[in-house]
Amino acid sequence: MMGCLQKLILFLLTFLVTVPVATTARSAESIPFPSQEWSFNGPFGTFNRGELQRGFQVYKEVCATCHSLNFISFRNLTDLGFNENEIKAIAAEFQVEDGPNNEGEMFERAAIPSDMWPAPYPNDNAARASNNGALPPDLSLMVDARAGGADYLYALLSGYHEIPQGKEVGEGMYYNAYYPGNQIAMPSPLVDDGVEYVDGTRATLVQQARDVTAFLAWATEPNMEQRKRMGVMVIIFLLVMTVLFYYSKKKIWSDVH
Amino acid sequence: MADSNDQPTRRDFIHVASVSAAALGAACIAWPLIDQLNPAADTLALSTTEFDVSGVQEGMSVSVVWRGKPVFVRHRTKAEIEEAAAAELSDLPDPQTDADRAPRPEILVLLGVCTHLGCVPLGQKATDPKGEWGGWFCPCHGSHYDTSGRIRKGPAPTNLVIPPYKYISDNVIKIG
Amino acid sequence: MSGPKLTNPVVRWIDHRLPVFTFLHHEMHEYPTPKNLNYWWNFGSLAGITLVIMIVTGIILSMHYTAHVDHAFQSVERIMRDVNYGWLIRYIHANGASFFFIVVYIHIFRGLYYGSYKAPRELLWMLGVVILLLMMATAFMGYVLPWGQMSFWGATVITNLFSAIPLVGESIVTLLWGGFSVDNPTLNRFFSLHYLLPFVIVGVVVLHIIALHRFGSNNPLGIDVRGDQDTISFHPYYTVKDMFGLSVFLTIMAAVVFFLPNSMGHPDNYIPANPMVTPAHIVPEWYFLPFYAILRAVPDKLLGVLAMFAAIAVLFVLPWLDRSPVRSASFRPIYKIMFWVFLLDCVALTYLGAMPAEGIYVVLSRLCTVYYFFHFIVLLPALSIFETPRSLPRSIGKPVLGGGNGIPAPAPAAAREKP
Repeated sequence: MMGCLQKLILFLLTFLVTVPVATTARSAESIPFPSQEWSFNGPFGTFNRGELQRGFQVYKEVCATCHSLNFISFRNLTDLGFNENEIKAIAAEFQVEDGPNNEGEMFERAAIPSDMWPAPYPNDNAARASNNGALPPDLSLMVDARAGGADYLYALLSGYHEIPQGKEVGEGMYYNAYYPGNQIAMPSPLVDDGVEYVDGTRATLVQQARDVTAFLAWATEPNMEQRKRMGVMVIIFLLVMTVLFYYSKKKIWSDVH
Repeated sequence: MADSNDQPTRRDFIHVASVSAAALGAACIAWPLIDQLNPAADTLALSTTEFDVSGVQEGMSVSVVWRGKPVFVRHRTKAEIEEAAAAELSDLPDPQTDADRAPRPEILVLLGVCTHLGCVPLGQKATDPKGEWGGWFCPCHGSHYDTSGRIRKGPAPTNLVIPPYKYISDNVIKIG
Repeated sequence: MSGPKLTNPVVRWIDHRLPVFTFLHHEMHEYPTPKNLNYWWNFGSLAGITLVIMIVTGIILSMHYTAHVDHAFQSVERIMRDVNYGWLIRYIHANGASFFFIVVYIHIFRGLYYGSYKAPRELLWMLGVVILLLMMATAFMGYVLPWGQMSFWGATVITNLFSAIPLVGESIVTLLWGGFSVDNPTLNRFFSLHYLLPFVIVGVVVLHIIALHRFGSNNPLGIDVRGDQDTISFHPYYTVKDMFGLSVFLTIMAAVVFFLPNSMGHPDNYIPANPMVTPAHIVPEWYFLPFYAILRAVPDKLLGVLAMFAAIAVLFVLPWLDRSPVRSASFRPIYKIMFWVFLLDCVALTYLGAMPAEGIYVVLSRLCTVYYFFHFIVLLPALSIFETPRSLPRSIGKPVLGGGNGIPAPAPAAAREKP
């Protein structure tokens, strides 16, 4: 009986190993990138509020010019540690369209916390027109939308190395060590001291890359901390219940074997 | 198939424990399945509305949307305020003083939903019928409300509801 | 055994008019089940419970989902971010689909190993294959609903397959799409059918269980039950064993839902569908990969489609391909080895289905596809004729005196053979 059980567990574990391999091992063109340590990695991972706030500053001052964040609302920023008044102030910096008014016209008003983050362009065509035909993708889900997630994004943002000897880069493209094909339409968005961090941290390129990646990980899944917290409790409960039912089963079956 | 112990009953502790654990688990999983029916975060974010009353001229009424329902904001004239204050409580089916309903007498804030069966009373526009007491008139079943929004005549049982609101600055109210 | 002792007068009143309590008592309390079932027999009940989980989470999701191309993706993100516990219900439903297939595939392989498809259980087996087909249709349509890149392009590729049918192929595809490409009409009808089919599955599962109870469960020895000494009542023995198995299953599923929720998915489905841009590699969900590999292995479009459907069709006729009178692989030494080779072939096909259709992968896919059909069409009938099985034990239950299962000298070890 135990032999069967062990085999069963082994079988399921094998499955859980091979299935992710089967589902991720595909693109021949993806370039290996180093893995990073993130505060939100692992079953007990949490977001680092300081990192998220710095990352938000980088997004707002650098990325938001071209990249939308369609699924984030100003009210979500309480997760980063801002209070209600600070969020109202952040929202009020932006104008959003509302209406129609009593005259039937659409009008602009200051954003309020319940509004979504306003997109930099009214539609995809306008975005392309302003970016040499390339479409800057929305960033709300970027960490889940790319194989490698946060590690890949960090590698990309810090991967604008010197073009190696003998390689050529097309017109309007830029060399990136980790982007598939090595040619990317976006020039390096980050530069040393490109922003002045409110908390005084030295804003090196790699620091900004780390912070904005962490911010994007939060934007992709704001509920991650709740998920992992609940997961720990659920697994502990289920392990206890498994043990209880194991002994219950043994007891009831003791008169059969 | 003899029992391995000599208890004729199966109420062994281990079975009670495991079944209880399963029941606890079932109860714990039931909560999220029910709570998902409650308003979501984006719905809750729209649970308050802010409004600047300085845009309402004297004698005018404006309708503001709050939680999907109309809120009447009326900038009352002196005559309207005096009429509302002068009412005898014994005349009112639902007695309430005007002072209780409008802490700042010039600006009256009411939920524009008839307390009978939920229609939106008329009286916001200058051309609307306002009923016999000059407040609001509900065309569905003929309820008359006075200049304080109190029920005077008709099937509605209670006065028009004053929604929770407060002044967050001199002229801006936050409803809800 | 006699019926239940119903003491409560309300219960008796109901039972007299609609004998649910007597029925449940018979099916659960009395129902004689072989006493030697091993843990591979837990997967049927796990499949049933997973079906319930999928229906409950699915109904809840449909309270918040909008089936329109302009709103679908965003409505799913609203579920993930704003709906209370929406992220949990979504992750359970998405990963539950994968776990449903894991459980059902194990359940099927159990059937293959122990000959559960053989007489008199042929119809039970065929109903099971119908359930598998319905599950595949349901899962395919369900994956389209979030309207991500893989949703859209997977739908495009698979619906386009029907154009391979001669003469009427294009018309059928237009009919399926409700237009000239996968678009809003397609999404809407997929939502409707995705909601419907699980209840059809419930109906077929009921038939499946009725067919099962007609002759009772098979068992690891593959020999018939001869009397009461071979069986025990389903309750409490198998109810508690199923609860234990369920606890293990839920623990593993919780580990995935809470800590690896996107491990079995594809990142491209977090990109909203774009009919103008095709992803670099269109890959179906993992549980379709073996069939996808078979489809691509055949160079001809129509033959590839036929091969893919034939891979399942061949399961229907399995009871007539494998005519060995011995059920359990425990007593079929050659078949036992071929079973593991076949399993390896299926795992290989799964892996190959995810690989680009280039180079060595093409060759291997073709080899594995040929072997898949060779196993069913050539090997099994041949083994039915040529294999010499081991001697079967006389009975399931041990005799009261002496050890072993009462087998005479020739092959005592065979009786205790465990897989």
